[in-house]
Amino acid sequence: MEGILKAVLPGLILVGEALVLLVVALLHVAYTTYAERKVIGRMQQRLGPNRVGPRGLLQPIADVLKLLTKEDIVPLGAEKGLFYLAPFISLVAGATSLAVIPVWEKFVLANVNVGLLVVLALSSLSSYGVILSGWASNSRYAFLGGLRASAQVVSYEVAMALSLVGVILLAGSMNLAEIVKAQAASPFKVYAIPQIVGFFVFMVSAIAETNRVPFDLPEAETELVAGYFVEYSGIRFGLFYLAEYFGMVVMSAVAVTCFLGGWSGPFEVPGLPFFWFLLKLYALLFLYIWVRATLPRYRYDQLMGLGWKILIPLSLLNILITGLIKLWV
Amino acid sequence: MEKVLFGYLAFAILASALLVVLSRHAVKAVLWGLVMFLHQAVLFLTLQAEFLAAIQILVYAGAVLVLFLFVIYLINLREELKWPKFLATYPLAFLVIFFFLVLAGAGISGFTPAPAKGILSTQALLSRGHARLLGEHLFREHILAFEAAGVLLLVAVLGAVVLVRRIREEER
Repeated sequence: MEGILKAVLPGLILVGEALVLLVVALLHVAYTTYAERKVIGRMQQRLGPNRVGPRGLLQPIADVLKLLTKEDIVPLGAEKGLFYLAPFISLVAGATSLAVIPVWEKFVLANVNVGLLVVLALSSLSSYGVILSGWASNSRYAFLGGLRASAQVVSYEVAMALSLVGVILLAGSMNLAEIVKAQAASPFKVYAIPQIVGFFVFMVSAIAETNRVPFDLPEAETELVAGYFVEYSGIRFGLFYLAEYFGMVVMSAVAVTCFLGGWSGPFEVPGLPFFWFLLKLYALLFLYIWVRATLPRYRYDQLMGLGWKILIPLSLLNILITGLIKLWV
Repeated sequence: MEKVLFGYLAFAILASALLVVLSRHAVKAVLWGLVMFLHQAVLFLTLQAEFLAAIQILVYAGAVLVLFLFVIYLINLREELKWPKFLATYPLAFLVIFFFLVLAGAGISGFTPAPAKGILSTQALLSRGHARLLGEHLFREHILAFEAAGVLLLVAVLGAVVLVRRIREEER
């Protein structure tokens, strides 16, 4: 009996940790939507949600219940299998990256040597959800949204991957936990200072990668109704919504890990080892919301110009300079 | 356990590769390609080559296939779909396959695992990791081949740009 227990225990612990991570992440995602509505409301001189529960705190739960009970409509002539599959691809690929992100020193679900590449690979896979849903819906608006998304994601992925190369060079590792440790040992404590260009490029392309304002052309309401998920209703729409916010959380978490020093902070908070990680994460999420409330949407050619003519050359230059510094200093 | 996994992966890769070729529908063919690439990545993982697995998904599944889908979306496929067969000379392909099978048989019967070469030894892989070793190998010993491949790709890109240019000028 004890032998079996010993053999199964690591697996059980892993499953338990995964469940904890998933529930916490889902709560974060739900309350990011609440925070977004509240913050944007405040920025636009209105109240935001304030009816469901005290200060509207139960609003996300009410939203989920509403989406769950709504009718699920599949348009005529839609490619059924892919239509059903697309939201799942988006959500699963977006959420799985959380497994490699070190929340604190002793809580990494999968401590992979190429953690950074895993994050990039999964985020590039999540674009399939958008592209396929656009095509499978058999709708022009959705199709145009899907087309825009594929071009945008491919271009900004290059910039994003290149902006992280500087971090890899400085840390000498692609393991996210190692990167955090290398940062804590570096003179500035965070890579956001020596890698300021990389940090800027990463944040801009992360916003583009998650299809958020000002790069939300795949779902531009004014031109495409809602873009790739026009035809989705009920909880399938909810899954896309969830995937977008999961993308935000994951991208912010990667930025915190690679540029802002992860779980390390100026002093240790007793009892809350992940305090600094969460604080930095919330700051970046706030930045996302702030940007959404402030900036107007880009035009498509401006978007491509920004990606290919500014961000990619900037990140290449950043790699060159980082390499030279690493060589001589 | 490993053999079962390998058997499944080999079967899945072969089946999805066949489906890529046999699908009448271009988008579905690309998606079967995606399934194949994912299985290939898992195959790399069973060989402890996690760097290659991640690169496989990042480059092939994440970028190349997305571009394929993009191109398929842009062209109008309805006419091609009605063609009974794309090529009249397809029986010749069986001849080629036959010779390939003979070659593969000859190759497999004389197969001996290669000894560790240069800096790529098992100990070095374990102690220093794939990314670092591959990088050193690629940028020191194979720099010429690497640069040549880069130049070739650049030529291809330039060629594509030139082709598109010419068509636009004719339209005017």
